[in-house]
Amino acid sequence: MSTYYAGLLADIGILVLGALSVYIILVTNQLSLGNAGFMAIGSYVASFLTAEQHWAVTPALIVAALTACVIGVIVGFPALRLKGIYLAIATLGFGEMVRSFFLVFTPMGGSGGYRGMPHVSLGYIWIWAAGILLLVTLLERSRLWLEMRAVHDDERAAGLVGINTTLTKVGAFGFGAAVAAIAGGLFAHHYIYIEPGNFDFQRSIDFVLAVILGGSTVGAGALVGAALLVLLPEWLRFLADWRLAAFGVMLILVLLTRPQGILDRPLLALLRLRRNRAA
Amino acid sequence: MLLQQLVNGLTLGAVYTLVALSFSLVMGLLAILNIAIGELFMLGGYLGFAVIAAHFPLAAALLIGMGGAALVALVIDKIGYEPLRQAPPITPLLSTIGFSIILQNVVTNVWGSDPLQLPSGLFDRRVHIGSVQIGVMQLVVIGVTVVLVASVALLIQKTAVGRALRAVSENREVARLLGVSADRITLFAFMLSGALAGAAGVLISLHYAAITPYIGVDTGLKAIAVMVIGGTTSVWGALIVGPLIGIAEVMTIAFGGSQMRDFVVYGLMIVTLLLRPQGLLGARSDSGQPV
Amino acid sequence: MTAMPPKAILRLDGVSKSFGGVRALRDVSIGVAQDRIVGVIGPNGAGKTTLFNVITGAHRPDAGDVTFANRPITRWPAYRIVRAGVARTFQNIRLFGSMTVWEHLIVSQRHGGSPLRKMLPGRFADREAWGRAEDALTFFGLEKYRTALARTLPYGIQRKVEMARALTAGPKLLLLDEPVAGMNRDEADDLRALLLRLSARGLSILLIEHDMAFVMNLCHELYVLDFGALIAAGPPSEIRTNPAVLDAYLGSETAC
Repeated sequence: MSTYYAGLLADIGILVLGALSVYIILVTNQLSLGNAGFMAIGSYVASFLTAEQHWAVTPALIVAALTACVIGVIVGFPALRLKGIYLAIATLGFGEMVRSFFLVFTPMGGSGGYRGMPHVSLGYIWIWAAGILLLVTLLERSRLWLEMRAVHDDERAAGLVGINTTLTKVGAFGFGAAVAAIAGGLFAHHYIYIEPGNFDFQRSIDFVLAVILGGSTVGAGALVGAALLVLLPEWLRFLADWRLAAFGVMLILVLLTRPQGILDRPLLALLRLRRNRAA
Repeated sequence: MLLQQLVNGLTLGAVYTLVALSFSLVMGLLAILNIAIGELFMLGGYLGFAVIAAHFPLAAALLIGMGGAALVALVIDKIGYEPLRQAPPITPLLSTIGFSIILQNVVTNVWGSDPLQLPSGLFDRRVHIGSVQIGVMQLVVIGVTVVLVASVALLIQKTAVGRALRAVSENREVARLLGVSADRITLFAFMLSGALAGAAGVLISLHYAAITPYIGVDTGLKAIAVMVIGGTTSVWGALIVGPLIGIAEVMTIAFGGSQMRDFVVYGLMIVTLLLRPQGLLGARSDSGQPV
Repeated sequence: MTAMPPKAILRLDGVSKSFGGVRALRDVSIGVAQDRIVGVIGPNGAGKTTLFNVITGAHRPDAGDVTFANRPITRWPAYRIVRAGVARTFQNIRLFGSMTVWEHLIVSQRHGGSPLRKMLPGRFADREAWGRAEDALTFFGLEKYRTALARTLPYGIQRKVEMARALTAGPKLLLLDEPVAGMNRDEADDLRALLLRLSARGLSILLIEHDMAFVMNLCHELYVLDFGALIAAGPPSEIRTNPAVLDAYLGSETAC
C-alpha cells in the first residue's frame, strides 16, 4: 500500500472515532459542536504521558480517555439546562475555550505546538477504530441504548417510564468525550506533532458532517461518513479546485433528500434481511 | 497610545456588532444558527474590495457588498432553510455549513487563497485630534455601523415590517392567521441579515486594507459570542457588547496579555447561556429555550 | 367527604398546585386502595391531568404530600416514582418516535440487575425482560405489530402499546389518562374486560375518564374534581345521585 493511501486510511480511522464521539452524544438528542475540545484534551494528555513520562501508547490513551470522560461529565451537567441550538452554541464555546487554553499553555508548547511522541502504525489506529465501532454497534442492541433513544424521542415521556434522563444525558457526554479523546491521542501519535490549530471549530464540524452524511441514527453511519468525508474530495479530483464546493453541494443534497443520512435503521434492517435470505 | 487603541478596539467592535446583529436576526426570528453568516461577511469583504480596487467610491462598495451578500442569503433561505423548516433545528444549521463550505471554496477560486491587499495611500488619510491619530476609515466604520444599527432598530421597532417580524418570531401560526406571510418575512430577515454581514465585511476589509478567505470563521465565532452575551433578541445588547469585546481584544494585543482573552470571551458566553439565556440586555420573557 | 380507605397504596394529602395565577389543584386529598379501580372525573380543566402530573413527578406540588406504598414520593424525580411502582399513560399518546412496538416493551422494564447487564446486547442481557415483553405482546394481542414503528399504527393500537409499555415497567399502580378516548363501544368493552383482568391480578388502577357509562360500570370508587377542588368522593352509585356533582358536571353534559 502506498504511503498516500495509508495516510488517507489513517485519517479515516481517526475521523471514525471523532464521528462516533458526536454520534454517541447525538443519540440523546444533544448536538455537540465542541468535540474537537475533547479531542484536544485527549491529544495533549496522551502526548504528555508518552513523550514526557515515557508511557506506552495504549495506557496513555486509556488515561487520556478517562480524563476526557471526567471533563465530559463536568460539561454534561450544565448542558442539561440547554437544548437544541443553544446547547450547540455552548459546546462550540467550550471547544474554542479548550483551543485558546492550549494556545497559552506553554508547558505543552503553547501556540508553537508540541512534539516528541512515538509514532503509531496504521493497524494500531484501526484496532482502536474498529474496536470502538464494534463496541458501539453491540451497545446499540442493548437496553441502555434504547433508553438513550427514548430520551432522544421524548425526554419527558422517558422520565415517566422510569429512565433517569439526567444520568443518561450526562453519561452520553462522558462516553462521547472519551471516544473523542482516543481520536485525539491517535491523531497526536500518527502525526507526531500537534498544535492547538489542529483542534479548531472546523474539526468539530468535520465530526458532525461525517455523522450526518453517513447516518445519524446508526453507529455504522460514522464509518460511511468518515470514509466519504476523506475520500470524496479525492474522488472529486477531476473537479480540481471546485471539489470542496461540489462537496458542499452534495452535503446540502443529502440533507434535503435524506436528512437522517445515508445509513439508517430501516436500511440496515433491509440489508440484514437480504443477507439472511441469501444464506 | 491608549486612546489610539481604544479607537482601534471600537472599530473592530463595531464590526462584531454588525455581524452579531446579522446572526441574531435569523436566530431571534427562527431559532436557527446560520453558520454561513461568517462567509457572507467574508464575501462582502471581497466584493467591497473589488469595487474599491476598480476605483469606485466607498458607497458603491458598501452597496455591492451588502447586495451581493443579501442575494446569497436569499439562496440560502430558499434552498437551505425553507425546505427544512419542519426538520429539527440542527438540520438547517448543517445545511448552512454546506453553504459556508461552498462560499469559501468559490471565493478562494476567484480571488486566491493568499491575502489581498489594497494599495497603500488609498485610505490612510488621518485626522489628528490632540495626540491621537484616527484613520478616516475608522471613523467611516464606526459611523456606518451606528447608522446601520440605528436603522435596523428603527425598522424592527417602528415599521409594519418590523411588527410582522416580531409577530413571526413570537408565533408563526398566529402571524399567519393575522395575514402575515411568514415565508416572505423569513426571506426578508435572511436578506437583511446577509446585508448586515456583507456591510461588516466591506468595513473590516477596508479598515485593515487586507482580506483573506479565512476571515469569516474567526469573526463569525466571535460574533456568535457577542450575540449570546448581548442577548439573541436584543439589538442594543450587541451594540454594547461588540465594542467591549473589540476593545478588550485590541488592548490585549497591544499591551501584552494573550489568547487568554478568547478563553474569557467564550467562557462568558457559556455562563450567559446558563445563567441568563436571554442575554445581558434581553427581556425576561424570551427565555431563549424553545423546547 | 374524604373517606380515606384503610389500606391505601397511594395517598394524596392536601395537595395544591398553581400555574401563574391559576389554581389547578386546591387542597386535594385522595386515596387508592390495593387492588381497586378508582376513577377521577370532572369537567374539562378541573385539574385531573395536573393531578396525574403531580403524582408521577412531572410537576411538583406547591403544598401537600404524596405517599406511595408508605413512602413519601412528593419530591422524587419522575423516574424514581416509576421505579417505585407507578406507571402511567398519557392523554395524548406519547410513544417514542423511533421505536418499534417490541422496543417499547423492552425500554420500560426496570427489574434491578446490575447496570452492566443492561449494556449487554439483546437477549443475552435479560431473558426475563425478553419473556415479559413477549407476555405483554400476547396479553394485548400485539404479536403481529412486533416490528412495526409504533407511531405509524392506528390510534387504538397505539393506546394498547402505551398501556403495554406502562405495564412492562412492572407497576403496582397504573394511572390511565382518558383510556377510552377515541374508542368505539366494542373497543371500550374490551378495555374494560382487560382492566378487570389486571385488577384481578392485584394491580391498582387510577383512571381519568370522560365516558360516564364506562366509569360507572368499572370503578369501585370515584373522585369528582371541579375547578381544582374535590367536590365528591364515593362509590359510583352515590356519585350518580350526589347533587353537587350533578350540578357541577353531570347535569351540564348528559342526564346519565
